[in-house]
Amino acid sequence: MPHLPFIIAAYAVTLAGLGGLVIWSLLRLRRAERALGGED
Amino acid sequence: MAAPDLHALANPLRFQRFATVLTPWLLLPGLGLLGIGLWRGLFLAPPDYLQGDMVRIMYVHVPAAWFALGGYLGMAIAALSALVWKHPLAALSVRAIAPVGAMFAAICLITGSIWGKPSWGTWWVWDGRLTSMLVLFLLYLGVIALIHLHEDRARGLKMAGFLAIVGTINLPIIKFSVEWWNTLHQPASIRVSGSSIHPEMLAPLMLSALGFLLLFAALVLIRMRTLIAEQRLDMRALRRAARAG
Repeated sequence: MPHLPFIIAAYAVTLAGLGGLVIWSLLRLRRAERALGGED
Repeated sequence: MAAPDLHALANPLRFQRFATVLTPWLLLPGLGLLGIGLWRGLFLAPPDYLQGDMVRIMYVHVPAAWFALGGYLGMAIAALSALVWKHPLAALSVRAIAPVGAMFAAICLITGSIWGKPSWGTWWVWDGRLTSMLVLFLLYLGVIALIHLHEDRARGLKMAGFLAIVGTINLPIIKFSVEWWNTLHQPASIRVSGSSIHPEMLAPLMLSALGFLLLFAALVLIRMRTLIAEQRLDMRALRRAARAG
């Protein structure tokens, strides 16, 4: 595959972007729900 | 699972319980389908007769573009509902969709640029499709900025809603840009009338697209749950401050 670096870069950007957003969203949800539950 | 009563879901707390049940049913299949679609796209799908293996970027670029556009339309409909009917969940939806849509638009632009360099010999060109897609990304950023940067939160949200609605003008421009103007970007390969993509390439594209769709929905639900919880925390802090004062 002569264009392998381009293909790897495109997939890496996608997985990093989506994975980062999923992790950030889940961490922020857990922090908010813990704070809410901890005060109940 | 019984069909939910949509009127009951208008209550944020009821919606919170419904979304808590639904989230893993969207997130886990979304990640699974995305993984299978991308694996098949990378290793099993045949190369294109013209572009060779470069076509494998399609399996991430095209679904990101579809749902960046679809997400924007959803955000604009939510903004209209928030402005006309003052629905609290509609306003939350605008806040929840904007960063997810912005990420999908960014992925579309970056992977498109990576695809463009070996195909066209340049990372970027100011043609109709690329420029209108960049405008979509900037519209998402504008909505996020208005929500967060305005001193009066309600007014900021209202202005963000107006921007989201006005920005829908850009959606048909993106869609038809490849037909209206001479552009380096190829015209659509999948239309209502049919697809010109080989079935062995279409199958992983559809799997990847379904994965992107479920992931988009899961991320929006997660963010709506977060925003509802943060609003409850804010209200609780205000009540405590009022009691203390």
